[in-house]
Amino acid sequence: MIDLLTAPFVEFAFMRRALAGCVALSVGAAPVGVFLTLRRMSLMSEAMSHAILPGAAVGFLWAGLSLPAMTLGGLVAGLAVALLSGFVARSTVLREDASLAAFYLISLAAGVLLISARGSSIDLLHILFGTVLALDDDALLLLGGIATVTLAGLAVAYRPLVMECVDPLFLRSVGRASGPVHYCFLALVVLNLVGGFAALGTLLAVGLMLLPAITARFWALDLTGLMPAAVVTALIASVAGLLVSYYGGVPTGPAIVLAAGALYLASMLLGPRGGLVWRLIPARHLEA
Amino acid sequence: MNAPVSAPGGALGFRGLTLGYARHPAVHHLDGTIAPGSLTAVVGPNGAGKSTLLKGIIGEIAPLEGEVLRPGLSRRDIAYLPQAAEIDRSFPIGVFDLVAMGLWRRVGPWRSLKAHRGAVEAALAAVGLTGFERRPIGTLSGGQLRRALFARVLLQDARVILLDEPFAAIDARTTDELLGLVHGWHAEGRTVVAVLHDLDQVGRHFPATLLLAREAVAWGATPEVLTADNLRRARRLCEAWDEEAPVCRAPAAAHRHDGPGHEGPGHDGHGHDHQGHDHHTHGHAA
Repeated sequence: MIDLLTAPFVEFAFMRRALAGCVALSVGAAPVGVFLTLRRMSLMSEAMSHAILPGAAVGFLWAGLSLPAMTLGGLVAGLAVALLSGFVARSTVLREDASLAAFYLISLAAGVLLISARGSSIDLLHILFGTVLALDDDALLLLGGIATVTLAGLAVAYRPLVMECVDPLFLRSVGRASGPVHYCFLALVVLNLVGGFAALGTLLAVGLMLLPAITARFWALDLTGLMPAAVVTALIASVAGLLVSYYGGVPTGPAIVLAAGALYLASMLLGPRGGLVWRLIPARHLEA
Repeated sequence: MNAPVSAPGGALGFRGLTLGYARHPAVHHLDGTIAPGSLTAVVGPNGAGKSTLLKGIIGEIAPLEGEVLRPGLSRRDIAYLPQAAEIDRSFPIGVFDLVAMGLWRRVGPWRSLKAHRGAVEAALAAVGLTGFERRPIGTLSGGQLRRALFARVLLQDARVILLDEPFAAIDARTTDELLGLVHGWHAEGRTVVAVLHDLDQVGRHFPATLLLAREAVAWGATPEVLTADNLRRARRLCEAWDEEAPVCRAPAAAHRHDGPGHEGPGHDGHGHDHQGHDHHTHGHAA
């Protein structure tokens, strides 16, 4: 039994690489996802992941199917959209979600246009669904680097970031941290989306970021519990997805995200913090 | 409350201050000074620009014209309690951590809270929230949240404290306790400015009052400001939003007071009314 779980990783280097990549992604993206869901920006990250496409496409047109080029392009496009929409939201009447929607739609359409102009459908599949089973050294270094930067960034900006989430007006009234913190957070989101894009493809890049974070809400009450719970969920989903993909011969990216989805559904039913099953058990209210 | 040009350190001065939204003024050509250590109520009808004035003081909205003078005061010296705080009450954070935000000036983003634990607990005790430390903020009632925000202001230890309708929808006992805090701040020499609607309360607790109706209708000692005459004029001045309002032609400088309009509490009955007439004949004739 244990053998079934470990054999693929012991036997094949590409599975070990995939596992290492997913671990790095889980450790960095899941805590970012926790903040995203708490800030009610869940769908914003989905939009942002599409915004990465044209940058990756430009990288692809320029250097072929090369991860560094596509990553760099994606990073530039994602940061540009994030900064532009943040700027528009802070200086016009538009709310952040509306301005982001406008920019990401422009960006996504431009990306599809660019890719269809040059690429074959195989390339398109790589971009859409990722290449987690073909991570080379560069890609692993990239994912590890992103996780490192993310954890360091969250540690440094933790207190102002929480304040910006809870009471942005207060943070603005006591100092100048509000703007920088907001943009740094957006940069971390883009960074992790680009990492997810390398491993899981643009369509699923958000999967390991959001599903574990949402799942964690059924297991923990406050941030100190939510972030570890999200990381653990992401790790379990990664391993489960890789194994299902290996034994079932199904695409890896969707398998990992579906595993995270299964964990979410299970937690929604059974999770100790507001899981549906607990509602069926009547409990008398307290005295005070 | 002297002419704003010579505002002393720690005072808040307004020089031809116009604040507004989409070019429509909500506060119109305001001149004057809030003296350091004074306890001032800002009253006026709905839409008179009271909240806008406080937002202008902390720099949350930029003046359309004129300026706010804060000599010797940095942003951190001003504590602001908004009317409807933008607090995300669904965020999983406890009362202790919310109140501890007031320590930002001293602990910044990285320093430990440990040394200040006692201060936070004392602030919670001062607002009657002892024992609520670990309660998530989402489970607080409106009044309890207000108390917590007062505790946060306490910890901010600011020289200037701006309160926007601090007692709206608060029961009488809580209001009395919070008013006690306000008097404490006044006794410590802090400048307190509060937007209020309860005129009896203003009369009982606030020595100075600014009656605002976009323009300052009257400003000075409370009994002389809150006359039936002034209140009637405030209501009349606060007209509806006029989409077709002409461009205000009055030069900002022309609205400066010729004399020291406000010699501090107890000395000013006539207030700013000549300013209003002056402006309207100019602006609306265009």
